[in-house]
Amino acid sequence: MRIAVMTTCLGDAVVPQAVRATVELLERLGHDVVLPPGQTCCGQMHVNTGYLREAVPVVRHSVDVFGPVADGDWDAVVAPSGSCTGCVRHQHAMVARRAGDERLASRAEAVAARTYELSELLVDVLGVTDVGAYYPHRVTYHPTCHSLRMLRVGDKPLQLLRAVRGIELVELPDAEVCCGFGGTFALKNADTSTAMLADKMSAVLATGAEVCSASDSSCLLHIGGGLGRLRTGVRTVHLAEILASTDGSGAAVAAPSRAQSGPAPDVEQEAPL
Amino acid sequence: MSTTDLPTPVLRGAAPAHAPAGTGHLRGTRSFPAEARDALQDTQLRRNLGKATGVIRAKRQAVVDEVPDWEELRLAGSAIKADVMARLPELLEQLEANVVARGGTVHWARDAEEANATVLRLVREAGADEVVKVKSMATQETGLNEALEAGGVAALETDLAELIVQLGHDRPSHILVPAIHRNRAEIREIFLREMPDVDPDLTDEPRRLAMAARAHLRRKFLSAKVAVSGANFAVADSGTLSVVESEGNGRMCLTLPETLITVMGVEKVVPTWFDLEVFLQLLPRSSTGERMNPYTSTWTGVTPGDGPQAFHLVLMDNGRSGVLADPDGRAALHCIRCSACLNVCPVYERAGGHAYGSVYPGPIGAVLSPLLTGISGEDDPNASLPYASSLCGACFDACPVRIDIPNLLVQQRAASVESHRRPTGQDVAMRAARVAMTSPGRFTAAEKAMSLGRVLGGRSGRITALPWPASRWTASRDVPAPPKETAREWFARTRPGQER
Ligand code: SF4
Repeated sequence: MRIAVMTTCLGDAVVPQAVRATVELLERLGHDVVLPPGQTCCGQMHVNTGYLREAVPVVRHSVDVFGPVADGDWDAVVAPSGSCTGCVRHQHAMVARRAGDERLASRAEAVAARTYELSELLVDVLGVTDVGAYYPHRVTYHPTCHSLRMLRVGDKPLQLLRAVRGIELVELPDAEVCCGFGGTFALKNADTSTAMLADKMSAVLATGAEVCSASDSSCLLHIGGGLGRLRTGVRTVHLAEILASTDGSGAAVAAPSRAQSGPAPDVEQEAPL
Repeated sequence: MSTTDLPTPVLRGAAPAHAPAGTGHLRGTRSFPAEARDALQDTQLRRNLGKATGVIRAKRQAVVDEVPDWEELRLAGSAIKADVMARLPELLEQLEANVVARGGTVHWARDAEEANATVLRLVREAGADEVVKVKSMATQETGLNEALEAGGVAALETDLAELIVQLGHDRPSHILVPAIHRNRAEIREIFLREMPDVDPDLTDEPRRLAMAARAHLRRKFLSAKVAVSGANFAVADSGTLSVVESEGNGRMCLTLPETLITVMGVEKVVPTWFDLEVFLQLLPRSSTGERMNPYTSTWTGVTPGDGPQAFHLVLMDNGRSGVLADPDGRAALHCIRCSACLNVCPVYERAGGHAYGSVYPGPIGAVLSPLLTGISGEDDPNASLPYASSLCGACFDACPVRIDIPNLLVQQRAASVESHRRPTGQDVAMRAARVAMTSPGRFTAAEKAMSLGRVLGGRSGRITALPWPASRWTASRDVPAPPKETAREWFARTRPGQER
């Protein structure tokens, strides 16, 4: 399949390792991956902060960049982020419609119909749960609110993780409770956000896991930022990075990324296309 | 016999768009973040709340899980409510006609002030200077107790939790469990301090506390001539009012006094008893986590020789017509005040109900208060309420009538932004972000500027302190230093010519 990757603004500039892992994983599975040029951001920050009018041009830009999927140029768009996928699927058309732009709204709906979060694409569209990954670590998984409730991905990420060789998957207590990130919520209500983060960190630490994973870089940034501040020694790793990891007998090897260490010098040895 | 002395607000648009400021308890005086900061420092409060909401969440989940057609019930509840809102004026007229036909009297109140004045007048006409009250959100909304007191009438709350709040000179912090923020040691102290004739050896055993309250209330039930209640539902085609409760104190109020005055928001009407059936299944499981609430009282007009011999229904608008006119906001009127959204909300659980500054706390309060009272500018405490959520969506999943609270929050955030009278720092930042995000060139330039942040990260690659406003993040969380290479740069470098 021909698959376009939505890097997301955060994934491009702050945590590119999740995007790299997504590209490598899909290529390893034999797909043709494109990174549409000119992409910037889905507009979630504007929408969720109430800047619905400011969001209109951002949404229009995003719909333009990913429009080719609606015309059949690509088979799917994938984002390694539940919340950005949720914004595309449930908010783009709302923003357009509220501004009275019905044409943009229907174009946005056509793009949204072929835009997936990573675990949805793998399990529902590509029909794989075992992606041939190897990851010998004790991992706990935080399902993230938007994947859970906006997209209803259910246990798809866990299906994928259970098929990973070498992994020791441990259940996270109160997994479905919000970590307290919430976009600008973390800044606007920093005290409440921190209280929520503290409880999420306690839950992660109670599992004894060495890795906390999720499929939304923003939640991981929040949880990882807290765990790092307390010097807990627990690191956060995006689901895509775990799924992209192999035992080296295959193609791409992604070592568990140490927090934000920038591109590792050896990632240039890519999988054959 | 109707005393429809005011036009039907929802019929003629005569009601003001918003509930008036200064009357009742719909709007707070400080912003949510400021209130929450104080509340979070109260360790006892956090413990009480965490424990209570945890218990009630588990109870609710267990009884909801045992209903095989729960989703169908939710859909039915939602559909009935949508139908009610679509023909509210007609249903209210039908309700009025049937209440009157059964010997009741109907009064229309455009806002809280009119509702309070009507009740005070009726109490005086009944020759009483004391009333017993069934816990009622509508009269909390209007601040009726204070209005009665100013008019020389003492109002006694008979719901146990409400009584605790009243005796403690406190404010309720939860729709269903107004004293959720108190533990039993605190309740014992309040009783010892405030109840005349209380046994000085009172312990904090729940049974002993309940018995003390019972003795205190019993005398009042037997002497009061007038009772004031709210209503959970009103059935239009029979003129029947209904209150559901757990303790039976409400039923004492509804049956013993000579005069009964019910104050209800106009949105509480349902078309028929068949509709009531749906809500009587949804409400108790969602609110107290019980299969059925212990007491369901219904009454229709007056019955000679049995129960109150005078019945008055006050139908109150207080901003609801304005909400009804808002195509998105209208769904907030579907709320049946079960409080399920409060109990699952991670923000409510930490910050507590007082932080919302309104009788309607939690996720639904965060939209209902600004909808009912309006947002007057960037400094209005109401402007901060829609942001008192991480948009995690737990409230929608719990809501028995499927109110899309996250969407309402986003819409009210837009209302908050649109109320700005001068550009705020946030406005400027959002405009700058929009400019960068609609141009690939400018976006790349912004990324480049950001990667200068690497300097701050030093060798650890983590930033631990940033200037304001990002300091609100780094107060409790590190930030990774931006990487050397963006994802798009990496892709272009490793897969030349393959960008599209
Ligand atoms: S919004 Fe829904 S969950 Fe919340 S109190 Fe109202 S009916 Fe209950």
